[in-house]
Formats: sequence, C-alpha cells, structure tokens
Amino acid sequence: MWVTKNPHWVLKKRIVASQDQELAVFRAIGNNDKSAIESVYSENYALIQHFVVSNNGTEDDARDIFQEAMMVLYEKARQADFELTCQIRTYLYSVCRRLWLKKLQYARRIETQVENFDKLVPVEEDLEDHDKLTLQYQTMRTAMGKIGEPCKSLIEAFYVHRKNMHEIAGFFGYTNADNAKNQKYKCLVRLKKLFFAQYKNA
Amino acid sequence: MDQSQIAEVVERYLKGEMDSQEKQAFEEARKHNPELDQAVVEYHFFFEEMVRYGEVRRFKSNLYDTHHTLQENGEIKELQLTAGTRIINMWNKYRRVVTVAASIAGITTLFISGMITLFSPNRPIRDIEELRRKVSNLEKQSSNQTAEIKNFKSKIEPGADVKFGGTSFLIDQKGYLVTSAHVLKGANRIYVQSNDGTDYLAEIVKKDLNTDIAILKITDEEFKGNKQLPYGLGKSKNDLAEPVFTMGYPKDEIVYNEGYLSAKSGLQGDTMSFQITISANPGNSGGPVFNKNGEIIGILNARQASASGVVFATKAKYIQTLVDEIKNSDKEENIKVKNISSLKGISKPEQAKKVQDHIYMVKVVLS
Repeated sequence: MWVTKNPHWVLKKRIVASQDQELAVFRAIGNNDKSAIESVYSENYALIQHFVVSNNGTEDDARDIFQEAMMVLYEKARQADFELTCQIRTYLYSVCRRLWLKKLQYARRIETQVENFDKLVPVEEDLEDHDKLTLQYQTMRTAMGKIGEPCKSLIEAFYVHRKNMHEIAGFFGYTNADNAKNQKYKCLVRLKKLFFAQYKNA
Repeated sequence: MDQSQIAEVVERYLKGEMDSQEKQAFEEARKHNPELDQAVVEYHFFFEEMVRYGEVRRFKSNLYDTHHTLQENGEIKELQLTAGTRIINMWNKYRRVVTVAASIAGITTLFISGMITLFSPNRPIRDIEELRRKVSNLEKQSSNQTAEIKNFKSKIEPGADVKFGGTSFLIDQKGYLVTSAHVLKGANRIYVQSNDGTDYLAEIVKKDLNTDIAILKITDEEFKGNKQLPYGLGKSKNDLAEPVFTMGYPKDEIVYNEGYLSAKSGLQGDTMSFQITISANPGNSGGPVFNKNGEIIGILNARQASASGVVFATKAKYIQTLVDEIKNSDKEENIKVKNISSLKGISKPEQAKKVQDHIYMVKVVLS
C-alpha cells in the first residue's frame, strides 16, 4: 500500500542555497514576504506532493498538508528563540510527514519514507505549539463569525487588510473617517466580549 | 467614558500613540481606576490575538494565491507517478526558451507555407474528405416516417432545406458548443439536436477556418442549460497508440466508436491536428475525441479519402485558443472551459452514458 517508487526528482541535483541565504528566506517567511513564500513553495511542493500522493493521498490532501506545514514554518520563523538547524526543505518534509502519518493514524505501525530522503528532524514539540496556536486562531475566528455584518468586514478591513480609516469610510459609505472610527470601536467592544466568552469555553 | 471610548483610549495607549503628557495622565488614571486597569490588561491580550489573527489570515491568503499562481504557471501539476517527472521539470525550466523558439519557428513556418501557397499551382488532388454529412433526398425520405412521429418536437420549418449535418459537443453547460467550422459552411440557420431529439436554435459565436473549429451558442429560449459536464479539455501529453473514443451523429442516432492515436501530426505533417485510426463517417465531423480518462484531446474533422480508417482531428488546445480570443474580444460571452474530467477509471459503457447527453447533432439549413 505504501508505494515508494523511485522518485526522479530527488536524484536531480539541487543547487543547495548557502546557510545564510536559507536563514534569510526563513526570516522573510516570518515577515509574510510573498516572494519568499513563492520560492519556498515552488521548490518544495513537488517533494511533498509526491510523498502524499504516493502514500494514499489525493492532490487536495497534498495541498492541505503542505500549506499546514508552511503555517508551522511561519510560526517558527516568528518565534524569536527558535533556531533553524536544518534546511527548510528538511524541516518541511519532516513536518509534512508527521502531519500526514498522524492524519492516517498509521503513525505507530508504519515508518515508511520516500526513498533517498532520509533526513528527518524531530518536530513533535513544534507541532504541539502549532496545535495551540491553531486553537487560538480558531477562537478569534469563531468570535469573528458570530459578530455579524458590517462589523466583521469593518474589523477585517482594518486589522486583516490594514486599510486606513479614510479608505474604510469610503468603502463602507460612512460620511467621514471619524464616523467609521466610532463604528469600529463599537464593533470592537462586542468582539472583545465574544472573544473572551469563546476563550473561556475553549 | 463609555465602552467604545475606553476601547479607543486603550488602543492608542497600547499602540504608543499618546504623547508623554497624555500617557502620564492615563497611567495615573489607571492606578486609581481598577476597571480601567482591567480593561488595559484585557485589551492587551485581545489586540495581540487580533494582530496575530490578521497576520495568519494574510499568510494563509498568500499561500492560497501562491498555490493558484504556481498552478496557473504550470509549476504545480497533477502528479503522474509513472511519467517522467524529470522531463516535465526540464520543460518547466526551459519553457520560456522553448516558447520563443517555437514562435520563431512558427512564424518562419507560416512565412514559408505562405510562400508555397503563393507560388505553387493548385493542389493536384484533394486527398481529403471532410466528414460533414450530406443529408440526401433518399435518406430524407427514409427518415420521413420517423420524422413525422418526432414532428411535434421539431422546430425546423417543414420544407426547409436541411443540407448538412455534423456533430458538436458542449464545452460550457450554459450552451456553448464546439464543432468543426466546415460543417457550418454556407449556413443560413443552425439547429442543434440533443440526444433526446429536441432541436434548439443556435448561433455561431466564432469560427476559425484555419484550425477548422467553430464555437456555437444555443440561443433557443427553451434551452435551460445542461447538467454539469463530466469531461474537460485534456492538458496531458498524448501518446501514440493511446486508445481514444468518439461519439457522433453519422446517422440520426448517436454512434460510439473507438480507435487509437496513430500519429501526432495530421495530413502532410499538419501539426495543428493529429491522426487517429478509427471508423468515422460523414456526420462525425465536429465530434469530440476523448482519451481513456474521458478528457477531450481533439475534434474530428476529416478523413483521408485514399486510405481507410485514417481520420484527422484538430488538437483540443486550439479550442482554448479560440475561447480566449472570444473572451478578449467580447466581454458578453462568458465561456468557462473545464480542465478536469470526472470520467477517469470508469468503464466504457459508463463513460459513453455520461457523455452522450452533451453531444449534439448539428443541422445546417442553407436556404
């Protein structure tokens, strides 16, 4: 069931970036830098895709697992005391492998890996952190889901899309930035209540 | 101070937007007002979460966009475990070079072929037979009886001179069909007939005589849109000997045929089409050529008169080219072409059953 066909792409010589470059890319990921995301994405997606698809996954599974691993990478890059001791590729692969095996619940029984890619780093703790952060994110997302319109869009425009009050006033049709600001704070008071209610439940 | 005013002041304090005097006053007030102090603690935590939420949302949307862009560029594609991935990688790497080279080659070819057409005498023999169907008088008579029974459905005015027939297939369930351009030659009015025998009035959206592809749109009020298409345009490479099948209307009911891809170019090395070995008859023109996964890889358009079973089909990618041209020139026609096919891995009778409702007969009225 666990196919480990000979993957051509690992035999291909990769131009390995120097450690400094690798670290710079890693930091840029933490800053949500689009071109860094794109380069890491395009360099590593095929590896993960091959791993997931050849281990009973679909194309969609591959995308989900890879994006979740990118989230973990992002969280680590933002964490000041985290030090990247291996290549981004190795880290992503280790995380994806762990996530995928967990998803299949075969973790204990099967320890297969893609041929020619046996470098693995321990990521157990990082994934525990990731679960905590995901829970926190979910808490805010649930609160956001309950607040209703126009509050949701208004708050997202300010805090997610980082629009200024002038743009927001124009977009939502407030007569001026001050009115939009007042509305924003009214929404914020409600969101804070919802958030803490949700937080206590979780 | 009401709640939202507190929120505003606390946010300004936490963001460090207060000047030193204001800040001092605020901190003083905080010392004496436990409620305010509590609010600051709460908002401190809340804003941190809010900012993180915003950042994660932006990161996620960046991931999503990146995936989409890479997929559009072809850097991410569905994995075929058996295929030579290395070749695909090389193709990705050198695609730009290849594209430039190909366009230069293309221009040169066009120039040379233009010169040849200009200076060469008329082609000696036309060794090719277009597969549109002449609806002969005899056939008409024989089908008259059935026609009468079906008459309540037929919209074609009695006595209209239905001259030619062909096949077409939906590429967008809203009623956009693809057929061969030559089927529509001299058309005054076009009807398409669905598998259940209903006629619908259709119009030409665009035709390209070069590639011999035409796109029709069903304009009939009675057409309510079709169910979702089970097939899409194939993006994968086509291989020699690959099994293919087609469905069409060489007679008044739908006919299934299968064969194989026998050459990657058409008559006299025409690269816009390929050659398949299949039994096709007049009336099959404009019919879809499916690969075994049910992806459309071509449109049947002609057969070689001097050989049997040799049929040519225009490559399916030219459908996309034509659709793109329409999109660029006309904002009103919103044609969406699928690339995914849901016919993979099911048996041939199942495939045929799912496909047949999307194949229409084309009837061309000349007068």
